Amino acid sequence: MDRQDIRKGVIASIKAIAPEVDESELLADRPLREQVDLDSMDWLNIIVSLHERFGIDISEGDYAKLATLDAIISYVAERVAPHLRAGGE
Amino acid sequence: MIKFKLPSLGADMDEGKLLRWNVVPGQRVNKGDVIAVVDTSKAAIDVECWHEGVVHQLVAELGQTIPVGTVMALLLGPGEATPATGGPTSSAGGAAALPASGIGPARGAATNLPNSDASVPPSFLQAVAAAAATPRRRVSPAARQRAAALGVDLDRVAGTGVEGAVTREDVERAAAGGARPTPPPPAAVERTTETRKAIATAMSRSKRDIPHYYLAETVPMRNALDWLRDLNVQRPVTERLLTAALLLKAVAVAVRDVPELNGLFVDGAFRVSAAVHVGVAISLRQGGLVAPALHDVGAKDIDAVMRELTDLVKRCRAGSLRSSEMADPTITVTNLGDQGVESVFGVIYPPQVALVGFGRIAERPWAEEGRVAAIPALVASLSADHRVSDGHRGALFLARLRNLLQRPQDL
Repeated sequence: MDRQDIRKGVIASIKAIAPEVDESELLADRPLREQVDLDSMDWLNIIVSLHERFGIDISEGDYAKLATLDAIISYVAERVAPHLRAGGE
Repeated sequence: MIKFKLPSLGADMDEGKLLRWNVVPGQRVNKGDVIAVVDTSKAAIDVECWHEGVVHQLVAELGQTIPVGTVMALLLGPGEATPATGGPTSSAGGAAALPASGIGPARGAATNLPNSDASVPPSFLQAVAAAAATPRRRVSPAARQRAAALGVDLDRVAGTGVEGAVTREDVERAAAGGARPTPPPPAAVERTTETRKAIATAMSRSKRDIPHYYLAETVPMRNALDWLRDLNVQRPVTERLLTAALLLKAVAVAVRDVPELNGLFVDGAFRVSAAVHVGVAISLRQGGLVAPALHDVGAKDIDAVMRELTDLVKRCRAGSLRSSEMADPTITVTNLGDQGVESVFGVIYPPQVALVGFGRIAERPWAEEGRVAAIPALVASLSADHRVSDGHRGALFLARLRNLLQRPQDL
C-alpha cells in the first residue's frame, strides 16, 4: 500500500460521509473542516470509517493532528506501513 | 376491518407520494412493521403500521400523492374473517380479471363493498370511494394488455415512464420477478424548493400562533468534557460518546422538573407527554433540515442515546426515516455549536411548545470566588410557548440543565 492507495482510501472515507465533496477541488494542505461541512457526528463517522478501512486505532487526543487531508494521509501511512512490513512485504 | 391511514409526518408535511408497498394482500403484519414508503418534500419516509392483522387490500396507488389521514390499506384484525365477496384482492391474477376498461381494484372495492359487509361504516366507504375517484396513474395500453396476458397486478408494478407511467417493459420486468425499480427521485433542486416551502409553512405558523419567549444561560462544561474525555480514552472508536448525546440526555432529564415544556399544544389545549421524545434538528446535505424523534431519551442510558443518535443521523442523511420519528417529538433540541455560533434562539416546531438551543463550546473568562479563570462553556437557550409556561418556569429548566451538566456521571 503506497501513499496513493492511502489517499484513495481516505478520500473514500470522507466521501462516504460527505458525498458532495469534489476531490479535485480539495486543497490537501488546508484545514478539511474549512472546506467540507462536517459536524462532530460526521467527523466521528469518518474516524470510524478510517478505523475500519485501515485497521488502525485513532485516539481522540490525536484528532488535532488530523486537520488537513495531507495530515490524515501521513497519520495513516505511519501506522499502516510498519504493519505491512511485519506482514512480509 | 381496520382502515390503515397515512399517519402524521410532522407539522410541516401534510401529504406524501406513495413510492412503494412493502406488503401484499394476504400478508400478516405486526405492530411496527414498515408497510410502505412515501416521499415527502423532505425525505422518503418509512410508514409503520401500528396494527396487528392481515393485509386485505391496498387502496392507495403507487405514484399517488395522498394527504395525511387518507386510507392507504385495509387490514383484517386478528380473528376477523375475510368478507364474503372480497377475498384478498389485488392478488397476482387480479389484473387479468379486470374489465376491458381497466378499472383498478380500488374502484371495484368501492362498488362491491356495500353489499359485502354491512358492518363497514359509511365514512370508510366514502374514504375508499374518494381514493377511487382520484386520478389514476398512467398505464400504456400495451402495458395493460401485456399485464393481462402475463397475469401481472398493475397495482404492484412501479412505473418508470413519463410521470411514472407504467410501460410494457415495467410489466415484463415485474413478470420476470425482477426487482421493481423505484421511480426516479425528484430532481435535487425541486426537493430543495419543496423543503424550503415546507419549513416556511411550519415556521410561519409557529410565529403566528405561538407567543415565544426566549431565555439563555451560560453553562460551564469543564466537568462534562473531562468526563467524556476520560471515558472515551478507554473506548474503541466505535463506542465513543459525543457531547451531543450528553446534552440530549440532560435536556430529557431536566424537563422532568418542568413538564409544561414537554408535550403538544393541540386544539387549544396543552397535553403533557409522560415520555420525553427529543426531536433532534439534523441538517440535510442537500439543504433544509428535519427534526425526527429520539424516543424516550429520559429512560435510556447515555450509551443507548449515543447509539440511537448515530443511527438516526445516518438514516436521516440516507433518507430513510420512520413515520413515528417524524410525528412523535415532544420537545426539540438544536445544536449549532459545530458551526461555530455563540448561541441559537430557535423557532418552536408546532405543535410542540419548547425548543432548546446549544451554541459552541469555547473557552470563556469565568469569574468565581473573586478570581477569573478561562473555562470551556456553552450558551444554552430556551424558546418556549407563553400559552403554556412563563419565564420563571423556563428559568428553572435552564438552571436544572446547567446543574445536571456539572455532574455528567449521574446522567
